[in-house]
Amino acid sequence: MTDTLLSVRDFSVVYDVDPPVEAVKHVSLELQRGEILGLAGESGCGKTTLAYGVQRLLKAPAVITSGSVVFHDADGDDVNVGELGAEQMRRFRWDKISMVFQGAMNALNPVATIGSQLEDVFEVHRPDMNRRERRAAAVELLEIVKVGGQRIRSFPHELSGGMRQRVMIAMALALRPQLMVMDEPTTALDVLVQREILRQISQLREEFGFSVIFITHDLPLLLEISDRIAIMREGEIVELDTAERIWRSPQDEYTKTLLSSFPRLTGEKGMVVR
Amino acid sequence: MSTLEVRHVTKIYNVRGAGQLTALDDVNFTLHSGQTIGLVGQSGSGKSTIAKILTQLETPTSGEVLLDDKPIPRRGRGLRSYRQQLRMVFQDPFASLNPYHSIRYHLERPLRLDDVVPKAETETEVRRLLERVRLDPDTVIDRRPHELSGGQRQRVAIARALASRPMILVADEPVSMLDVSIRLGVLNLLADLQREEGLGVLYITHDLATARHFSDEIIVLNQGRIVEHGTADDVILRPSDPYTQELRAASPDPERFFATTTGGAS
Repeated sequence: MTDTLLSVRDFSVVYDVDPPVEAVKHVSLELQRGEILGLAGESGCGKTTLAYGVQRLLKAPAVITSGSVVFHDADGDDVNVGELGAEQMRRFRWDKISMVFQGAMNALNPVATIGSQLEDVFEVHRPDMNRRERRAAAVELLEIVKVGGQRIRSFPHELSGGMRQRVMIAMALALRPQLMVMDEPTTALDVLVQREILRQISQLREEFGFSVIFITHDLPLLLEISDRIAIMREGEIVELDTAERIWRSPQDEYTKTLLSSFPRLTGEKGMVVR
Repeated sequence: MSTLEVRHVTKIYNVRGAGQLTALDDVNFTLHSGQTIGLVGQSGSGKSTIAKILTQLETPTSGEVLLDDKPIPRRGRGLRSYRQQLRMVFQDPFASLNPYHSIRYHLERPLRLDDVVPKAETETEVRRLLERVRLDPDTVIDRRPHELSGGQRQRVAIARALASRPMILVADEPVSMLDVSIRLGVLNLLADLQREEGLGVLYITHDLATARHFSDEIIVLNQGRIVEHGTADDVILRPSDPYTQELRAASPDPERFFATTTGGAS
């Protein structure tokens, strides 16, 4: 039985500049509950625009010109994201779909403690929680991502890049969303820290059962952590398949080109050639 | 033929409130022209401190750096001619080029300062440099950095490093800020230049896969110490040090991943 979380139908985004740029062209995809979907492609292929677009996080000059996004809530409701009013949308965001932003190392407020930034989430979205409950929830989150509750009074600059990234993941996890969109979450980190974070994302997914849309241009990394991978080029998904099939038998020429731009770590010296 | 020799270099920083931090601990290696050495290690392992010491932006606490058996001059004309021999390509082409100046200016400066060619030939030399890095002189020469893509900018930075006709190039993460689809192009360019001009290249990176592909030898640095040094394939395929093994295990490697699992996510 398939259990779909998000259905994107014929979704298009145009940047209304002169001349207009069709950033996303008629994209359709279904995201399963608990699935990690990788979104790969070079800069400017529309992967970030697509991920932002499905949560209506784009602003002018971006215009959604066609398509619909339906979120199949775990409690049984089907939410058409495009039809939500401003207040409903505000409630929907972060509660159902949260984000780990690109360059998350710099996404935290440098003049507020990480504890107060985590508590902000509850203050806005869970108004009936009192101060003590908010603090307890923030400590719990820091424990879950293994930063440690004792760091609650730390400022971002007192943490390493990897720890800041964990705080961002904690924040995304705060309301137990059903989908997390991660935009290049490990790009600025070195390989050892990156590996730890990826392991943690996998563990948290097992534990909490959320789905992930993971955006990166690092295809080798994506192949290892994704269930399925969508390859994007010039606003279109040129190939969408399981990670293993993308690796073993890529169909599209562009997927092959993308694979061949990575040198092999092991095996015969040379590029990954298919 | 030039030889850069790093001998027993140790660098200790005094950190306020935290005592002393040993950034480099008795580092030894030799780089010949015509050779590429990959320098790998995680953040804070001392990679960039080596680059800073090689360019005399930092002085070692003990030990010395020799270029063709001569120590780095501390100041003055000697230091300038040393830096003419050893040039650096920085990580971020968005920060290393001055947004205020044209590409022509960026390449003219080193030519003038180091008297590389007679003044009348400057223009020809600037065009030659741009062609060396596979840029079309007519389209880029009068542009400013913001009008170029990241890859084009990094090519300009490489051309600038080549202007004084150095023997050694220190490239500190030269492609980590670039998009994957153009990374390979820039690395291939560096490899071509290295072959054609017989440059010695120190390629600093944390990407083991490109280090293996583009280096003759690889040095692995952990907490300021060299823990492994050997030919690229030996270090990556048959790592003997536990830290190197850990680095390798952490690097994405679909080949191994799909060989050991039946697919799906980890």
